[in-house]
Amino acid sequence: MSQSSSPVEFRVPPVDAVALETRAAALGTRSIKRAAKISGLKLAVAMMDLTTLEGQDSPGKVRQLCQKAKRPLPARDEVPSCAAVCVYPDLVPEAVAAVAGSGVAVASVATGFPAGRIDRAFKLREVERAVADGASEIDMVIDRGAFLSGRYGEVYDEICAVKAACGAAHLKVILETGELKTYDNVRRACRIALLAGADFLKTSTGKVSPASTRPVVLLMLEAVRDHYLETGTIVGVKAAGGIRTSKDALRYLVLVNETCGDLWMTPKYFRFGASSLLNDVLMQLEKERTGRYQRPVDFSAD
Amino acid sequence: MSKETEKSNDAAAASATGSHALQFGTAWQYESATEGTDHFEIAERYDLFVDGEFVAPQSGEYFATINPATGEPLCEVASANAADVDRAVAAAKAALPGWKRKSGDERARYLFRIARILQERAREFACLETLDNGKPIAETRDVDVPLAAQHFFYHAGWADKLDLLFPGRVPVPVGVIGQVIPWNFPLLMAAWKIAPALAGGNTVVLKPAETSPLTALRLAEVFQQAGLPAGVVNFVTGDGATGQALVRHPDLDKVAFTGSTEVGKDIQQAVAGRGVDLTLELGGKAAHIVFEDAAIDQAVEGVVRGIFFNQGHVCCAGSRLLVQESVHDLFVRKLARRMERIRVGNPLDKNTDMGAIHSAAQLARIEELVAAGVDEGATLHQSSCELPGQGFWFAPTMFTNVALSHRIAREEIFGPVLSVLTFRTPEEAVEKANNTSYGLSAGIWTDKGARILWLADRLRAGVVWNNTFNRFDAASPFGGFKESGFGREGGRAGMRAYVRLQDGLSAG
Amino acid sequence: MTLPVAKTYKHYIGGKFPRSESGRAFQPSGNPDINVTRGSRKDLREAVLAARKGLASWSGATSYLRGQILYRIAEMLESRREAMQAELRLGGATAAEARKELDAAIALTVWYAGLSDKLQTLLGSQNEVQGPFFAFSTVEPTGVIGVVAPDGPALTGLLALVLPVLVGGNAVIAVPSASAPFAGLALGEVCASSDVPGGALNIVAGQRAELAPQLAAHRDVDGLFVAGKPDAELTAAGADNLKRTRFCTLPAKDWRDPKLLRALSWVEPFVEVKALWHPVAP
Repeated sequence: MSQSSSPVEFRVPPVDAVALETRAAALGTRSIKRAAKISGLKLAVAMMDLTTLEGQDSPGKVRQLCQKAKRPLPARDEVPSCAAVCVYPDLVPEAVAAVAGSGVAVASVATGFPAGRIDRAFKLREVERAVADGASEIDMVIDRGAFLSGRYGEVYDEICAVKAACGAAHLKVILETGELKTYDNVRRACRIALLAGADFLKTSTGKVSPASTRPVVLLMLEAVRDHYLETGTIVGVKAAGGIRTSKDALRYLVLVNETCGDLWMTPKYFRFGASSLLNDVLMQLEKERTGRYQRPVDFSAD
Repeated sequence: MSKETEKSNDAAAASATGSHALQFGTAWQYESATEGTDHFEIAERYDLFVDGEFVAPQSGEYFATINPATGEPLCEVASANAADVDRAVAAAKAALPGWKRKSGDERARYLFRIARILQERAREFACLETLDNGKPIAETRDVDVPLAAQHFFYHAGWADKLDLLFPGRVPVPVGVIGQVIPWNFPLLMAAWKIAPALAGGNTVVLKPAETSPLTALRLAEVFQQAGLPAGVVNFVTGDGATGQALVRHPDLDKVAFTGSTEVGKDIQQAVAGRGVDLTLELGGKAAHIVFEDAAIDQAVEGVVRGIFFNQGHVCCAGSRLLVQESVHDLFVRKLARRMERIRVGNPLDKNTDMGAIHSAAQLARIEELVAAGVDEGATLHQSSCELPGQGFWFAPTMFTNVALSHRIAREEIFGPVLSVLTFRTPEEAVEKANNTSYGLSAGIWTDKGARILWLADRLRAGVVWNNTFNRFDAASPFGGFKESGFGREGGRAGMRAYVRLQDGLSAG
Repeated sequence: MTLPVAKTYKHYIGGKFPRSESGRAFQPSGNPDINVTRGSRKDLREAVLAARKGLASWSGATSYLRGQILYRIAEMLESRREAMQAELRLGGATAAEARKELDAAIALTVWYAGLSDKLQTLLGSQNEVQGPFFAFSTVEPTGVIGVVAPDGPALTGLLALVLPVLVGGNAVIAVPSASAPFAGLALGEVCASSDVPGGALNIVAGQRAELAPQLAAHRDVDGLFVAGKPDAELTAAGADNLKRTRFCTLPAKDWRDPKLLRALSWVEPFVEVKALWHPVAP
């Protein structure tokens, strides 16, 4: 595809990296204690896209994951289910069956995840197939090659095409910020995805380091906030990859809470893409409940 | 001006921001995270620190210092009269020959040791500063105390390298130095005045501010702990009269003062003709210039940091926002929204962004100027935050439709009050920024490097922050142009102000 | 024999040579035929206005250009050696003293000419601050500076105070020796043929006791550099706009000592240190 159908110039304000990082760091010093900590951690569980994206993934692994997502801490009813499980497309049927009736959604990565270096026709086919198999959320990757060589229109067109292929499924657009490198690039990629109809902006595949960082998520939150103020449309943000501790999760929630506010403080509009984070959050919740520090071995690995 | 008027003005401003409003504060609220204060004690009464010991004032008088966040007294502090000042200066004078004689590296070791003790006792100093001053614990913990320690560490390194700093010249100590500091950064100001003085081989009598003397007195304990020779640093507490007695003392070789321009002028007159060296760090009315190509969201943060840091009790506060007309409305909307997010309240709460106004007198001054702003026709925007019932408080405030001739655009408010003006061209921005008798600091927000350097060259201010604001460091000189004073603190230029070079020149 | 053309000694203000608006003159040489225009408060007012204008062009010039102009002053002093020595002799110097003083004046001017483009190197710095910032300091002129020269030596005394102020990029209003103003006023003639921008250096002759307090009290004068012991009244008057005020307490015998006059620390009181911060990021 040589000519973009986009009539839009993807102009964005510049981003000052040091000041952005300063703000993210300042919000990182918020002290979240007691009841606020407990409610924050429960919210983090409810916002979690429990993820497995490995070559070794199997139906068995996915069933385990789904069980964990449905009832993260079986003995404690007050701990909510995760928002979704996130799997490769071929395992969507397995996941759909495993979560049926639980309220946990199935998200599928698609479009040649994680590199996205396949023909667009295959990408769309993959999306259609995952949706047909029951995925209600699609996590696509943008074409970073096109983006970094300045072919923004192509990136836009592809997101539009994937969005169309999604039908009723929600589209999360993975910017892979670790490959975009600069905040200016991230801000522009946000703009492109927002204009192309993304339901969520997602930081990373988890396969590139750095994955999610707080300054990047702050920047994405500012982008969706301004988009909402301009258009009235709420687009969600998913911080994915590299978030492993409860403390991290709470710091991300602070960013959401103080940048976008109440409207985004829900699994509908903010998600964590993570795997090992869940058990750390559960350990912290148990510590808060019992007053004792916990040990990992008491929490189910999957 | 009633509270109702303020709030309704604010509501009007909020409704002008568009139909899709954000909501905050109900989905997830933080619990208070109050820093404990049981790890240290405040004595009922503090004496003067003279000649290495705490001594009762000859005046026999004491005054209360209060916690601005509650209005409750914390303790009593000695009131030094002229005789007390005399005794302190005599102690400093007696200590001078011994201190001068010490080698540079010996002086350095004392300063390094003081820096280390301050770091070890950081939490205690942060809490005490917050109690006595009213500023948030997050600031005392992350700014005031670490920077104070850095000033001792930094200047320790100069003590034995003065010959490298002034090649071909022979630096000698100035002598006995009288220092008077304000209440807005009590420990930090004490540190950045005392550290270079000691590094240069001088001895000191310092008067902390009447309303925030406690961290300086605790610093005296640190000096004792570090084994600093008696009389090298002396503290006399008291009000303006004590300060007057100190700066006019005939045995001083230098006066260093941070405070109002009015008092600075009085001091320059008072010491005139005596050859007394003088460093004055005075008021400001800094311009913060935002261009349409700026990183807008970060500029908003910078402007917030510029005016609401330390409740706006900052001489270099970015109190005049000059925003390019093309982005004025957008910027003001963003700023108004951001102002609402500032957490005002208990300074000991680690999540507090803005603490208490330091004193009843300062609150009255802020209220007077804000009322003047309303009277003169500027448009008031104020955060709808709840203010505590006791103590001294003022909500984050912004004026739009401000003219250069308004009092709020010319006078230093020294509070959380921003005046927004507009400009159209870089030339106009420079002209407006410089259209003040002050010249302490300025801020520039643009993505264009060439324009930054062009502006930085033309702004008549001692510190120019480009795409940042209110940054401080012992290695960077701080001080003003014009009526913001003269002399520098920090860096090479700051050290220069604490030695003489035997060059045949004399201060006025 | 043709009647010699006598020179009228006039101010040097804004690149021109006006008489005092007061119409007054004085005769410092004792010769009633040699009149020197006697400056007034209003002359100083005009000089301040001229200096403000001169400041813009002088401080706006590159350091290299300012250095070349100062060197040009040295060249002009050299080429007018005879005339300048005559002015010094008129002020009371012997022929030998005049020759020695002119030598010293030229040498001092050359020293400052070469200092011009090294001030930032010598007084500026890169500041090693914490955090991702490139921070540096520069020095900038204070503005319009009043200079009150010692009574003698007539030329080096004036130049010793004027040059460190000029080299920093300031504009100067100088009051030369009252007892021997001739060489000082002739310096104006030298400057007028040295590409010194009009108003960068202004010379107003007159009585020190009359003019110095006026300079001190003028709110648009940013600094004062005065030969002599600290003078409480001058400093106190200057405090109204926080004038940077320095006194030069050298005894008369030291005014030709190059070691003392070639001093970076004479430049420092009349430059302002500006600290700049800029973030560093990809």
